[in-house]
Amino acid sequence: MTDAVVDNIKDQIESNPIILYMKGSPQAPQCGFSAQTINCLVECGERFAYVDILSNPDIRATLPGYSNWPTFPQLFVEGELVGGCDIITEMFEAGELKPLIKEASARAQAAEGDAEA
Amino acid sequence: MSTTPEHPTPSSASGPLKGPVQNIVETKLAEHFDLQHLQVENESSNHNVPAGSESHFKLVLVGECFASMSRVARHQSVHELLAAELAGPIHALAIHIFSPEQWRERFGDAPLSPPCLGGDGSLESA
Repeated sequence: MTDAVVDNIKDQIESNPIILYMKGSPQAPQCGFSAQTINCLVECGERFAYVDILSNPDIRATLPGYSNWPTFPQLFVEGELVGGCDIITEMFEAGELKPLIKEASARAQAAEGDAEA
Repeated sequence: MSTTPEHPTPSSASGPLKGPVQNIVETKLAEHFDLQHLQVENESSNHNVPAGSESHFKLVLVGECFASMSRVARHQSVHELLAAELAGPIHALAIHIFSPEQWRERFGDAPLSPPCLGGDGSLESA
């Protein structure tokens, strides 16, 4: 079963240029660390995907082993782990998060446009 | 510049009594990394847990050993060292890691006494 969960995670991370694994939802985060991360991401002004790990216990149990990161939230951009709340906040305050998110989003939109053309 | 790092002195600002988990965390970090500064703060009292809990911690680490590592790799090195504690008593771990140069860039040449990194941005105005 775990293999199926790993495949599911891989699929989520590969098919969403910006995806956050968090406790709760962006509208109702269930943990201060997830809430702080959401604040930073929302400030970047781009759409992002999220997975509520509280309602997906198998992802909660499996992702840390896959990503080599034991805690939540976890942000992935273009398939790569960017970090958790502390790193996201640090990058946001240093002005590094917004360009990362904007550029990833722009590349994804360009790729989508190519696919449709 | 090869100054002998000061012996890491864990902050005593975190309360009068250090619990066993805090002691283990401090010892492991101080022994494993060559640190110029180490702060381990038990923040459990800010959370909805019984008095005396050791479930929520904040770490501030400053060391040259982190200079060549990515942000993710820095955190992973701490996660790995504290894997047993993270799988056990520690529920949440805030980690702030700097190279000495980054620390100076951010906080100036002030001695390595840690400002609070609570994340409210109030340090930005300094």
